[in-house]
Order: sequence, then C-alpha cells, then structure tokens
Amino acid sequence: MEHDQARWTENDDRYEPLLVEKDRTAVDVEDGAAGLPDELTRDRLELPQLSEPEVARHFTRLSQMNYGVESGPFPLGSCTMKYNPSFTEDLAARPSAAVHPDRDDASVQGTLAVMHGLADYLGRIGGMDAVSLQPPAGAAGEFAGVLIARAYHEHHGDERTEIVVPDSAHGTNFASAAMAGFDVVEVPSADDGRLDLDALDAAVGAETAALMLTNPNTLGLFEREIEAAAEIVHDAGGLLYYDGANLNALLGRARPGDMGFDVMHYNVHKTFATPHGGGGPGAGPVGVSEDLAPFLPAPRVRKTDEGDYEHFEPDHSIGKVHGFQGNWLVLVKAFAYIARLGDAGLADASAKAVLNANYLASQIDYEVPFGPFHHEFVASAGDQDAADVAKRMLDYGVHPPTTKWPEIVDEALMTEPTEVENRRSLDRLADAFDAVAGEDDETLARAPERTSARRIDQVSAARDPRLSWRALEE
Amino acid sequence: MSNQATGSPYAPHTPDETEAMLAAVGVDDVEDLFDIPDSVRFDGEFGIPARSERVADRAVARRLDRNDDLASFLGRGHYEHYVPSVVDHLADRQEFLTSYTQYQPEIAQGFLQALFEYQSILVELTGLPVANCSMYDAATALGEAATLADRVRDVSGSRVLVPALLRDEKRTVLENYTAGTDLTVESYPMAAANVDHDALADAVGEDVAMVYAESPTVRGTIEELLGDVGDLAADHDALFCLGTDPVAMALLEEPANVGADVVVGDAATLGLGSAYGMGLGLFATHEDYLRQVPGRLVGASEDATGRRAFTLTLQTREQHIRRERATSNICTNQAWVALRTAIHAALLGAEGLHDLAVDCVERTRTVADRLDAVSGVQAPVDDRHHFREFVARTDQPAEAIAADLRERGIAVHAPDEHEIQVCVTETNAHAVDRLVEAVREVA
Repeated sequence: MEHDQARWTENDDRYEPLLVEKDRTAVDVEDGAAGLPDELTRDRLELPQLSEPEVARHFTRLSQMNYGVESGPFPLGSCTMKYNPSFTEDLAARPSAAVHPDRDDASVQGTLAVMHGLADYLGRIGGMDAVSLQPPAGAAGEFAGVLIARAYHEHHGDERTEIVVPDSAHGTNFASAAMAGFDVVEVPSADDGRLDLDALDAAVGAETAALMLTNPNTLGLFEREIEAAAEIVHDAGGLLYYDGANLNALLGRARPGDMGFDVMHYNVHKTFATPHGGGGPGAGPVGVSEDLAPFLPAPRVRKTDEGDYEHFEPDHSIGKVHGFQGNWLVLVKAFAYIARLGDAGLADASAKAVLNANYLASQIDYEVPFGPFHHEFVASAGDQDAADVAKRMLDYGVHPPTTKWPEIVDEALMTEPTEVENRRSLDRLADAFDAVAGEDDETLARAPERTSARRIDQVSAARDPRLSWRALEE
Repeated sequence: MSNQATGSPYAPHTPDETEAMLAAVGVDDVEDLFDIPDSVRFDGEFGIPARSERVADRAVARRLDRNDDLASFLGRGHYEHYVPSVVDHLADRQEFLTSYTQYQPEIAQGFLQALFEYQSILVELTGLPVANCSMYDAATALGEAATLADRVRDVSGSRVLVPALLRDEKRTVLENYTAGTDLTVESYPMAAANVDHDALADAVGEDVAMVYAESPTVRGTIEELLGDVGDLAADHDALFCLGTDPVAMALLEEPANVGADVVVGDAATLGLGSAYGMGLGLFATHEDYLRQVPGRLVGASEDATGRRAFTLTLQTREQHIRRERATSNICTNQAWVALRTAIHAALLGAEGLHDLAVDCVERTRTVADRLDAVSGVQAPVDDRHHFREFVARTDQPAEAIAADLRERGIAVHAPDEHEIQVCVTETNAHAVDRLVEAVREVA
C-alpha cells in the first residue's frame, strides 16, 4: 500500500501560506474608543482580515495536510488511537450541553446526571469506589492522584517524601510526582521486562508515599506479580497508583481496584475513544478506594434521596486541579461511548486490541522481544534507526509507531494497533514494517517522500526558534 | 453492525477472521492471550448494557436535555461569544479532530501550521514574543506561571501575590501547582475592584517571586493601574503575570506595554463558547524564559525541499524527555481548542475582533444604565470601566432576586448578599429586555 498525502504548495519557499501572508490589516484604535480613556486602550491591532470562504479554504487545505485515525492505521504506541464514533460529537454539540459552570445545580440536572453516570461507569470498570472527573488530561489525573496520596499520608500524620516509579514508566509519572514535591525513586526493570520485586523491595521504605505503576506496562506485558508488589508497598505503608494509559488491554478481564491499586487515573481519550484533537483535549478522571474518597478534588456529584443530583465537597479535598469541572465536552463523549458499548462491547474491544497486537507482532520481520503481549508490543529496528524507520513508514500510508521508547528495547518501535484494525489492515501494516525492514539506510534517510512535507530539519528549528509570524519576519 | 450483540461495533473482525488470527498467533481462544493470574482475574460484570447507536444517542441526549434552557447572564471567568458555524465544521474535519500530537511533523503539517497561527495571533495580542500552543485552562496556566517564576527568578523569594478579588477555584489550583515548590500564595487588597496600589506597594518586597493581576477582573472591571503594578514587580525583580483574554486584549492596552512578563487566561473565550468551564489556557512570555516555558511549542524550520515547514520544538523542556526535571508534567493539552480559537480569530480579523471588544464595553455600559434606572438597583457598584460584565447593588437580598429571576428563566450571579452580577455579550443581547423587565418585577 502506498500513500500520497495532499500537498498545497505556493512556491519553492513554502507550502500553504500563513494567514498573515494572505492579508495583514491594521486597525488603529481611536482615542476614546468605546468611551475608554486613551491610556487604557492599545494603539493598534494588526491581524489578517479575510473573508469566510478564504478562511474555510485555508483551514480545509491545512486539514488535508494532516493525518487522522480515519485516514488510516495509527498504531502509535501508548496512545490508543482508536476510531472515534461520530455520534458522540453530535451529543457534545447539543445546545443543552453548552451550559455555564456557575449555574445552580437545579438547572443543570442533565449535566450532573451525565457526570454522575460517567463516574459510576468508571468506578465499575476500574474497581474503584469513588471517581472525580475533574482532571483535564492523564497527566493532570496523575498530579491529582499524587496530591491525594500526599494528603492521605499527611492526614495520618505521616509526611512521606518519595514516589517510586519503574524505569519503563511514562515520563509524566516522574514529572507529576516532582510537581507535587516528591523525590522520584526509579526502579530498574527485571530481565523479563517486568517489575523487579527485589529492586522494588529495596526501593520501598518508610519514605514511600506511593508506587506508580502501569499495568500492562509500556512493553505490553502484564505485571504478573502485582499482588506481591502491592504487598511490598502496602506493608511499608505506601499506596499503589495505577497509570490508566494502558487500560484498553484489560477491560472486563482485570480491574486495578482488584489488583490492590488504591488510586488510578483513566485516559478517556485513549480507552473510551474520545478524539485526541491533535494533542488534546482529553480527560483524566481519577478513581480511588473508599479510604481515599474524602481527599478527591472538589466538588463531586452525588444523587440525593429525592433522585436529584447535587455537588458536594469531599471532607478532606485536595482542592482543585482545574478552574472549573475539567473538560466537560470530552466527558460527554466518553459517557456516550461507554453507554454504546456496554459490558460486551468493552470486553470485545480489549479482546480485539490484544488479538491485534499479538497478531501483528507475529507477522512482522523485526525482532519483537519479550511477551506475551496485551494491547501493544515493542519491536526493535535492530541495526536501523527507529526514527528513520518511522519516517519511511509514512510513505506506505500508515502512521508509524512511537519510536526510541521505552529504552529497554534498542531502537524501539512501540506499536499499538488498537481493536479497530481488521486482519486485512494489519496485514498491510505488517507489509509496511517488512518493506521498510528490507530497505537500506540511504532510502530510509531520504524518507518521507510522499507526505505533505519532506524530512524536516529539527536541529535548526531548535537552534533558531521561530515561533510566530513576527519571528519569521525578523 | 452484525456483531452488535457480542462485541464492539468498532472492532471490524468477522468470526472467521478472528479464528484465522488466533491460529496465526497459536492460541485457541482469545482469553488465552490475557496473561493475567487467576487471583486477579475479573469474572464479574460491569452491569452496563450494550446499546445501538440510536438508543445510546437518545439515552445521552435525554439526560443532557434535562438541563434547563435559561437566558444566561453568567460570566466570572467563563464567557460565551457567538461561535460561527464554520468553526465547528472546519475543526470537526477528522484530519484535525482525530489526529494526535505531531510526533511525525511531515504528515501533520496542517495542525502544526494551525497551532503556529494560534501562537502568532497571541503574540500579536499580547505583544510578547513567545506563546505556547496551550495549557488546560486559565487556572492551570496561572499555576504554571508561578512555577516558571520560581525557576527563572535571579534572587530567592517565595511569595506569590494575587488579588483578593480572585475566584476561589483559581486560587486553589494555584496552591496545588505550587505544592512542589517553596512558593506561598498571599492576597493583596483591592480598592473598588481595582488593585489597591498602596497596599500592593506595602506588600511587595524582595521576597516576592510573582505579582498577579487580572484585567478585566472577575467583577468585570478594567484594571487602571496595570503599568504601576508592572513597575512595582520590576522594581523588586518579581515577575508580573497578567490574566486576561483574547477579546479583551483586542481593545485594552497591550500586555507587553504594561510590563507583563507572563500573560495567562482563557483563550477559549474565542472559539468554544459555554462548555461548563472547559477552556484553553493561554500562556505567553518573554524570549528570556523560552527554555523554561511549560507545554508544547511549534516552530518554523525547513524541509528537504528547502520549503518552510513546521515542527514541535524545544522538546527537551518536556516530560517525555526531561522526566522529573521537566518544566511541566503536561502532555495531552487543549490543541483542538487552540485550533478553534485560531479559526474564530481568523474569521473575525483585526476589525471584527476590535468591534467585538468595543461591544463588550458599550453593551455592558448600556445594560448597567438600564438596570440602574430600576428602583432598588444601583449599577454598576464599582466606579470603574467595565468589560463584558458588572456588579449591581440590590436593596433586596441578592440570592432571592437570583432565585426569582431563575423562575423567570434567567440566570445571574449573586456574588454578595446585596449584589448581583450580569455578563452581557451578543449571545444574550436578545434577552436583555426580558432581564430588565424581570429585575423590575423582582428587585
């Protein structure tokens, strides 16, 4: 399979021009504009002034120079790029969803019903006793979770200073722990790519506030000794944090709450199919066991005896991690997705996601160490440069895997096909891997050739940062 | 749809295909692929029924539609401007909507350029040379500004001064974001809903890392002493962080001209409309702090043909490379909202944006005057210029008035015992007569 991406080229210097290259209009702000004193107003404002058809054409062309899940396979490891059902967009766009956050509870019963319903669904799916929908992304969920761990320990007169994180963890785990003021203690993986219990035992102690763990881990491997790990952490008085990035592997098969996790976040833009939006918005609800519920972000939603919904403040809330209630429109979509799939659909989504990862791993020429896999696997590009492999794969009409991470695998190609590819699609994906595996370094270095832009110079972008229209003109 | 009863409608495998794939992998049953010890296997059910799209759509729509249809005059940090239909249609193109972070820039030029345009529009509005391509919302952007101040300031100092007039929610987010630092958050007093300059001058000192002010304030007043606040901060080597929004900036003095070192706020004021508080954190700052900026940055470069091309840049600041030493933990952000903001700003252009901002002042003045003419109401309370909203004093208890208005299908704030707050834009202009009439009846 081959692919030529649309390319709008104005001349030898540029592709689609910038808005500002189409028009630049300066408006002088008059003295006394809007009846304001001159010293309160700016002198002029300069922006493009284009008609609606021009703007529509500009952004349509830009969209054609972009690749989404509906364009083709998108096996970007750890990102769960599954198909985003369009009916959920229609629901989020309903006028009744467009409400102000300061409305009184009585007039937003619909919003509160959806939030209560989604928190309930997520609690059941994760085996958690209480859920806050407030964190606006996975990393924000981690941050909230770590703050909850801190508040919990402090509430019990126990000031702990360390968070333990395996070396294979997502970068956000380290950063979130540091943001909450913890020292990060990194534990190396064992030879089988899983948690090293001896290393964990050595790392955990009286200062351990929590262990942050992804299960299956970023190699797609289930941490079989999760119960023993939980015991080590709990015996030391620490908590177990579940990074929900890989939850798509476990739906209906295992729940973090049953494995001993005390607190977790869900990535609804991964597991529950809300669109990734070119980088966001997502949502990172945080779920906790009963003991931790009083520390959740405020406010939460509950159902009254009369069957109405209302906000309430948890007793020992950590406060807030978002100015309002998080990414509400994303939550609507996640709720609709779960309501559509139900038990059977969710379980099947995981089954097919896991089947797809294992099938694809079995079909490609690259070496795939470790196993058995759940939702993703990490192949090694061997003597090839994984970043070059990714560039070349673009020419075959697929989005490449995540590259060069986790570092446990040399020249890593972290691949997560998700459940939405069928066999034919996976075979084509395997053909793309294999075609690239058979190509020489020169061909790889020349790639990509069929994308809108050719290989982009990253070094000069960073050496001489030009981040705006103005910077380009200087 | 054939697998509706047994599986995900978005997993396209036929039963035969599934069998063949299982055989290729070497297992009989898909359950054999799950390498999960029996002791932690979940054998229960969630108890969530599968539904057809039609039924699921109806179930969620019916819930949402339990929200009352009110004429909303609510603001206080979350604003609604009319979003042209074409913003939805362009932003909903799947190539934008279903893509992700541009790790492969060659195949993601469209979104990268859109984010570059967004950054550029904020540079024009703020006068500051660096704008990132999004934080979550205004409150988290403020939190990130404080930690930036902690990192870049030459001399030690741990106090962050914020106006007494600040949403509690925003302050608690700020306090959480500073949890991992030595920073402490303190309020300085206000005078008639503007900075109390003398009090701030007393409060500020060498131990202050950042001074924060907002314009418009949460009561809708335009801050008149921003330049002085900037000077006070600069005199003490503290950062001056200004909270505002893109519509206000189209008319009010350029943040760079009042000495702002960091500009934060909700950029979704353009492009999103009421979304129960979902927003877009804008974040702009000086070139000096470029390598300490949180979040993603899109830069221009060249491709192998020599043409200009865009890419994420300066990624060594970020969590996936720098881990616990990253400038922020942010990964997934609000890129799609930034796209919407860029499209909306492009549709308005310089003239449209300027006119919209002028409306925000004039409309507010007109409505305040009309309410002031109602017996039992004095508006505005604050003897200041206003943007988009104002506070009115009521002889009757404000809560009772707000409740009575709600009975009449109108939502206003009641920020104090005898104060209601009203936000007016083009989206509720048609209901102003009703508002005034209703206030006349209940106040």
